[in-house]
Amino acid sequence: MLIQLSHPTRSVEIKGPKKAKDLLKELNLVVEAHLVIRGDELVTEDEMLYDKDQIEIRPVISGGN
Amino acid sequence: MNCTRCKTKAVIDLPRHNAAFCKGCFNVFVHDQTAKAIKSQKMFGKEDRILVAVSGGKDSLALWDILLKLGYKADALYVNLGIGTYSEESHRKVTQFAQTTAAAHGATFHVHTVQEEAGAGIKELAQLIHRPACSTCGTIKRYQFNRVALEHKYDVMATGHNLDDEAARLLGNVLRWQEEYLDKQAPSLPASLEGFAKKVKPLYRLSERELAAYSVLNRIDYIVEECPMAKGARTILYKEVLNRLETESPGTKQAFYWGFLEKQHRPEAAPTTMAERDQASLRPCAICQQPTTAEVCSYCKMMARAKTHSAS
Repeated sequence: MLIQLSHPTRSVEIKGPKKAKDLLKELNLVVEAHLVIRGDELVTEDEMLYDKDQIEIRPVISGGN
Repeated sequence: MNCTRCKTKAVIDLPRHNAAFCKGCFNVFVHDQTAKAIKSQKMFGKEDRILVAVSGGKDSLALWDILLKLGYKADALYVNLGIGTYSEESHRKVTQFAQTTAAAHGATFHVHTVQEEAGAGIKELAQLIHRPACSTCGTIKRYQFNRVALEHKYDVMATGHNLDDEAARLLGNVLRWQEEYLDKQAPSLPASLEGFAKKVKPLYRLSERELAAYSVLNRIDYIVEECPMAKGARTILYKEVLNRLETESPGTKQAFYWGFLEKQHRPEAAPTTMAERDQASLRPCAICQQPTTAEVCSYCKMMARAKTHSAS
């Protein structure tokens, strides 16, 4: 499946099927700091993601001051 | 995973609340948490005029959206910092939200452009005065929000600071024991003297992840791109550390910040020494005479239990 990542903007291809939380783990990303979005719908950590899915992993951390 | 409330399919899980919600129930949760913050910290009422500081990011746009949906009189101010395409993009997103959503509630949208007044953007100003960009930005934003709040006679100024912002700031202050800053960490700061507007943080009970989820679920188009000036900022490092702790032990961030707030509100007990506290609470163990808070000390209880088990 095609995964869209930010900071910096890039794409990676990961073999499915895979649970959202396992995908984050594989990419070494912390659950609390990210949202997993399939198409334009938010999914929970236990959701199974497949090769046909368009996935965005969106970081939630912001700020400086 | 199903919604804890209505049992339909959940779209977000919240380990710190041991819950998961569908979109509808999650919106109720977010609105309830904000309403609870406003009420418990006596932030403002339905008749007060509120000025929301918006940046184009998820937190401030979510705050404006939530306050309008809860029926508050909330206008907003955007400060264009002049950070190249980042400011252009954030300005566009805030304007879009103001026109498509806030205007329908009768809200007013104010804009202040740093370049117009100072003749330069944040980056150039920070270089000129040899200060970090984030602290220059903070000073300008605080000044302009206070100015506009006073000029337009708003009752209160609201910012989108969330649980993560406050926990990270607290961690930074505690790591360096900057006690003089701790008083300013309350979610509701009164207009302590003439010239200062009252400041409140109605999102302090909600995490950054929850606010990003609220924005995604409610189709609030915010700027996902990180501010180019904030790269490498220490608060981001503190947030990353806290998020690692939160993932391993859900509830850590709220226990840290809310615990601090509770401690601030608790009336200070008369200072006592450790020796005075020990003398008031300890007495000799009935068996071995070593000090204990109970009649029999933990060691003697443990040994008695071990002997009982070995005999049976």
